[in-house]
Amino acid sequence: MITTTDLTKVYRSRGREVTALDGVDLHVREGEVYGVVGQSGAGKSTLIRCVNLLERPTSGTVSVAGQDLTALTGRGRGAAGSALRQARSRIGMVFQHFNLLSSRTVRDNVELPLEILGVSGKERTRKALELLELVGLADKAKAYPAQLSGGQKQRVGIARALAGDPKVLLSDEATSALDPETTRSILQLLRDLNEQLGLTVLLITHEMDVVKRICDSAALMRDGRIVESGKVSELLATPGSELAQELFPVGGVPSGEDRTVVDVTFQGEAATKPVISQLSRTYNIDISILGAAMDTVGGHQVGRMRIELPGRFEENVVPIGFLREQGLQVDVAAIADGPRANPTPLLKEGAK
Amino acid sequence: MTWSEMEPLLEQACWDTLYMVGWSALIAVAGGLPLGVLLVLTDRGGVLQNVVVNKVVGQVVNIARSMPFIILMVALISFTRAIVGTTIGPEAAIVPLAIGAIPFYARLVETSVREVDGGLVEAVQSMGGSTWTVVRKVLLPESLPSLISSATTTIVALIGYSAMAGTVGAGGLGDLAVRYGYLRFETKLMWITVAILAVVIAIIQFAGDLAARGLSHRGRSSVAPRLVLLRGGASRAGRPVPEQRAAPAEIETVEPTKVP
Repeated sequence: MITTTDLTKVYRSRGREVTALDGVDLHVREGEVYGVVGQSGAGKSTLIRCVNLLERPTSGTVSVAGQDLTALTGRGRGAAGSALRQARSRIGMVFQHFNLLSSRTVRDNVELPLEILGVSGKERTRKALELLELVGLADKAKAYPAQLSGGQKQRVGIARALAGDPKVLLSDEATSALDPETTRSILQLLRDLNEQLGLTVLLITHEMDVVKRICDSAALMRDGRIVESGKVSELLATPGSELAQELFPVGGVPSGEDRTVVDVTFQGEAATKPVISQLSRTYNIDISILGAAMDTVGGHQVGRMRIELPGRFEENVVPIGFLREQGLQVDVAAIADGPRANPTPLLKEGAK
Repeated sequence: MTWSEMEPLLEQACWDTLYMVGWSALIAVAGGLPLGVLLVLTDRGGVLQNVVVNKVVGQVVNIARSMPFIILMVALISFTRAIVGTTIGPEAAIVPLAIGAIPFYARLVETSVREVDGGLVEAVQSMGGSTWTVVRKVLLPESLPSLISSATTTIVALIGYSAMAGTVGAGGLGDLAVRYGYLRFETKLMWITVAILAVVIAIIQFAGDLAARGLSHRGRSSVAPRLVLLRGGASRAGRPVPEQRAAPAEIETVEPTKVP
């Protein structure tokens, strides 16, 4: 649905060059919720702005719903041709700071994209009220944005983004300005819309929780590059995945020499089995849990646990084999590099 | 000088002032508004970024603003004649007044429009809006309260300028104060004129602030600070300030039931 190829964006200001995007290849399938995570300055915002060409990429191509947007006319920011404007109207966008017009009522805000599309007055009103109903704000149609709470404003923002019947919704940190409770309800709304309308959602965020909660796929960005990407469930099953580590950070250092530290990832069936106690009974070993994280990802129970087995790795080959047999993913953690020093797993494979 | 002598003079002067200021303000707004918007659009990072146009227009505005009004009036004599066919009388004063006020208002418009959040422009662009849509649906409506406040300021400044229009025999309240009050030592007439001017300006300012506030739907409006001076008058007019605070609070309490 959304494909970017070798997308590069370089900002030049007073002789200095800043590479915001450095050859980004992104592929978002139709009907999925795709999350791009990364720290501030990683290039996430630039990426999402390049997708609807609010920022024109320095090189590379962007195509949305089979249409190559970069090929459309309009050089420079404002002079974008009508073809590009038409394409944009089929891509909804939600913003971190909502960007609602304070001079218009909620209903008029939702009508704005329809006005731009040239929809007649009656039809606009009907559609706007229908969308407000959809986001649960039908009774606020006559209010002004200043009278709404943050979560309500974002709902209006979402209703507005949906006005042009887009196939794709871009979300630029839509929940970052909201409190955890409201974040949850907004994410749920996005998920519902994704399921009900078959909307493809590309969202950028710095909150791992957002990815856990609603994303089918995710990509990790750093320094303008995509470091890792794929389906969340597959990433979790990928040994040494940085995203999996970020999603389920498990810490903990071994209690002494001659210990084997293992990161175990549970998914689906295996998550409900009492594997640790089975392991303990079968091999008669004492297991200490150093750290653990459990959550529901896309409706499935997923967890990671860092456990410590007595003895060196060589002595634990059999118990580790047992864990693998149970359908768990087991990574032997590298711990030697001191306490809390960004625990990077040993078995580093090129996760793609 | 008795009141019966003063009255016709004052009445004529009031009309002259109203006539001059009214027309020149209208022209100033019509000319200054597009100019101010153009300055914002062509500025660095603007929707129609164009450094050359921005610098040229900016310099023209600066030069026009640095010109003392009395000099401007003299400098424009031939231009005025070409347009209204005369260089004396209220019609002749309207031309330099308007031309002096256009750059003044343009700068105020520029400041007002620049304060519109860039995110809103981005939002409308993401909906497929053209530059014209951005101006019409975002920049102007969002800055409207501030534009009205600026227009008020411009009108008040024009009333001040119009006192000098007496030099071209345009009449008006300022001219009356100078000719009769100052030059003929009619102190009483002078003070009456000044009082009328003060009242007129107060009314214009009050009306402008009221309109600006009425059109502003922000929680904390950018025009609110200016109203501090008028708050006494405003509450006497039956618009107590806490009333506005109460509305959002009421909605807050309803909110939890809305969020599933």
